[in-house]
Amino acid sequence: MLNVGLIGLGKMGLSHLAIVNAHPEAKLIGICDTASYMCSILRKYTGIEVFSNYREMLDQKSLDAVIIATPSRFHGEMVREALLRGLHVFCEKPFCLAAADGIALAELADRKGVVNQVGYHYRFVGAFNEAKRLLDAQALGRIHHLRVEAYGPVVLRPKGGTWRAKSSEGGGCLHDYACHAIDIVNYLVGRPDAVSGTVLNKIFSRDVDDEVYATLHFADGMTGMIAANWSDDSLRRMSTQVTLWGTNGRMIVDRQEVKTFIRGEASAGVAEQGWDIRHTTDFHRDVWYYLRGEEYSAQLDYFLRCIAEGRRENISSFASAVQTDCVVSAMLQDAGRAWRRVDSGSRSPAQSRTGSGLLSLVTGALK
Amino acid sequence: MDRILFGDNQFFGINHMSEEKARAQAIRFADIRKIIDLLDVAYDSGIHVFMCTTHDRIAELCAHVRAHPERYSKLEFYPCMPYAHKYANAVTEHGMIEALKRFLPAEGALSALVRGSVSVATRDVEGMARLLIDAEMKMFSGLRTPVIFLQNVVTDLLLGMGIKDAFRIFADHVRDRYNAEPGFITMNMPRLLDVLEEIGLENPIVCANINKLGFRMCGGIDLYEKVIASRKFRPVAMSVLASGAIDPREAIEYVCSQKTIESIVFGASSKSNILNTKRLIDEHSVA
Repeated sequence: MLNVGLIGLGKMGLSHLAIVNAHPEAKLIGICDTASYMCSILRKYTGIEVFSNYREMLDQKSLDAVIIATPSRFHGEMVREALLRGLHVFCEKPFCLAAADGIALAELADRKGVVNQVGYHYRFVGAFNEAKRLLDAQALGRIHHLRVEAYGPVVLRPKGGTWRAKSSEGGGCLHDYACHAIDIVNYLVGRPDAVSGTVLNKIFSRDVDDEVYATLHFADGMTGMIAANWSDDSLRRMSTQVTLWGTNGRMIVDRQEVKTFIRGEASAGVAEQGWDIRHTTDFHRDVWYYLRGEEYSAQLDYFLRCIAEGRRENISSFASAVQTDCVVSAMLQDAGRAWRRVDSGSRSPAQSRTGSGLLSLVTGALK
Repeated sequence: MDRILFGDNQFFGINHMSEEKARAQAIRFADIRKIIDLLDVAYDSGIHVFMCTTHDRIAELCAHVRAHPERYSKLEFYPCMPYAHKYANAVTEHGMIEALKRFLPAEGALSALVRGSVSVATRDVEGMARLLIDAEMKMFSGLRTPVIFLQNVVTDLLLGMGIKDAFRIFADHVRDRYNAEPGFITMNMPRLLDVLEEIGLENPIVCANINKLGFRMCGGIDLYEKVIASRKFRPVAMSVLASGAIDPREAIEYVCSQKTIESIVFGASSKSNILNTKRLIDEHSVA
């Protein structure tokens, strides 16, 4: 039986609480949040010991592992404190707001020899894993372009006062939605080498971006486009889709479906020729407890099993999450940089690569 | 409970197989008239229960039914609360407390809670829970709601956290205030039955995925079959077609072969699917 502590009782924290508490091989022995009303309710109705200071919980309870589900800006410090105590750590995404912190923590986790995982749950979705299997088997041939899109309804009005609306706390669509999209791309085809044309737009928020667009450049000339918008309430929950084009065909994958179009003769027995659509029911795996989707249970089960079985490799490790943070960091640096003005055609062509006039006013406002 | 209940997932862009299909359905049912038309098909075929989420749009439907009492003289609603995305999105946008404030009619119980003395009185929490239930039930005012369900995301969140008292609070309020039977939707049926028994809820109405594929039946299909055959509760089967992954005839045969299953809920977005499924259930339900 593993003794587990949980820090942060927001939406993800409560979800983790329910899932871990129901796990046959884990015992949740301490939970922590600064919101006293939440702690007092949970203590009263669950009987689990509550703390308002996470260091006290780490020091006083005999923990094997800790789950960190606080606003992103606290991740670095809390993960470090847990690692220094030799605990296995599951941390919510995004991992660290500064990629350098994440790199140091990934190294520290490695030295300590503890299981380390970040909550990129798409890596535990059956359909995305089927897509990865097909890509690894070269079903699409050489991939030359991909598009990843993540849309959903988070910020739909100018008002809104949570940490997700503050850039200093790790709010914004880039950290909230786009990092999921980046991470699933990293998982499926590897990390891009460069980014360009990053756009971070505000729609309703004052302090953070609500939509994110960029071009991704990969090692062998492959390119990609990322689009994320958390102010889209045409969807009832976040929806992420990856489309890949290769020399042998095309694939469209989301949480529920894998659609492939494989050119004749090219399938080599890996996939059906022409269009083939398979659904979540074809590759779903049973979990011991279902709350919001198999993947939320599966990722925590994987974390706990890695600890129980002494496995050190992890399919969503700190090291892999740092790669996602690095792409986020590159996009932040790229945003609002050089662009080419559209030539009106009437006079000599514009030479400058840097925007000026109205366009630069707009970008200036976005910075 | 009636044998056949008409569900509403198809009206609100919920499809467990395909986002594309879900969107197509959401577009198709953007006009409330289209929803009413389909409900009429179901009603006229002899399905007299509409099991529906407390989605804002259901309020429009309720208003329509209230306005035509003769037309729907036999219609009953089985509300399923809450429509969780409404709360989840509000929590993401406003934080936990602010979100609660937005959904609570009065502030009394909440402000006591937020003032945050370390010990929260039980009555505060229970009072708040009752107010939230009442807020969800407002749209059904004047309509028949003999069974009221707690949605699976809430049932299973509470079940996982071990907040067993919540089921008792829900059951008591639903019985006292609405003279209705409490029902619980879950993806973890065997575990929930243990807890409901533990808190003394006898012969509970429990709605869960029950399908030949074992799709989203936590604990496994064998355990489900055993539990359904041996334990005393009133099972309502949902997701019997596993969002279309199972041939309808096979799917209905499987569910109807388990004689203790009391009701079957299904959603369909065409007249022919409603009539076919209804006919299949009727055929296989003959004692």
